[in-house]
Amino acid sequence: MTLRSFSHSYPVLGGAYYLAGRAASDAKRRLGEQEAPAEFARRIAIATYEAEMNICIHAISGEVVIVMEGERVDVVANDRGPGIADIGLALTPGYSTASEKARTMGFGAGLGFANMQRCADRFQVSSQVGIGTRVEMTFLPRPEENPGGAAPCS
Amino acid sequence: MTVSDIVALLEADVLAGRAELEREVPSAGGCDIISDLLFFGKPGMLLLTGLTQLSVVRTAHLMDIAAIVFVRGKSPDPRAVELAESLGLPLLVSPHSLYECCGRLYARGLPGVVTSTRRLKAECA
Repeated sequence: MTLRSFSHSYPVLGGAYYLAGRAASDAKRRLGEQEAPAEFARRIAIATYEAEMNICIHAISGEVVIVMEGERVDVVANDRGPGIADIGLALTPGYSTASEKARTMGFGAGLGFANMQRCADRFQVSSQVGIGTRVEMTFLPRPEENPGGAAPCS
Repeated sequence: MTVSDIVALLEADVLAGRAELEREVPSAGGCDIISDLLFFGKPGMLLLTGLTQLSVVRTAHLMDIAAIVFVRGKSPDPRAVELAESLGLPLLVSPHSLYECCGRLYARGLPGVVTSTRRLKAECA
């Protein structure tokens, strides 16, 4: 698999639940068109969607930047919002500060960061309280992800 | 089990994705929390849910979910139906409850996607 060089920034607006997911959908479509391994595309779509939802739930606004090059995909989510005081605590599965509104929509169970960490091959989060949060992820095909093969069902 | 078999077992109406009803479904899950679905969902699974908004269809597509059943006769958002139709994702509506739908499918041998959170914890450790 050699991906066509691609770079795009997708704006994400806080509270606009019906719009979140555009970056993830676009990434999945592009990877599908280039016959990237199904499980590779799925990992990127899930982690990107989680990052978009985090901006939508917690921040005022932000953007998700997707860069594809060769066999590598980088996703950076950058937002303007409250920031995270204790990143270690925020990474704990089940910990969440999501609003009732987010929970009513079925989000905010505190699994987003855990899911991004599991899907990505490199994951880093940095934040400044009162300014915003930045999540950086890198994805590389894993040995078990056969090119063009069907995603394994376990 | 195919989506078509599921339509019959759950006495469901088909709202979208009629061309994809012969798709084989290896597993299923009942879920009203999208965060849980994003974490525990498996490719090819059937999703049974009471959530009806657009984001359910978007999430299902991103996760390679084979079909969605809306339980207790719930009507999905028209934009969700439109999106599912464009993606070829079958949407079913069953008059039965989540518990009843899951029970009918499980009794016919369709397994769940999460076997045990204990096993999951061990895998993540």
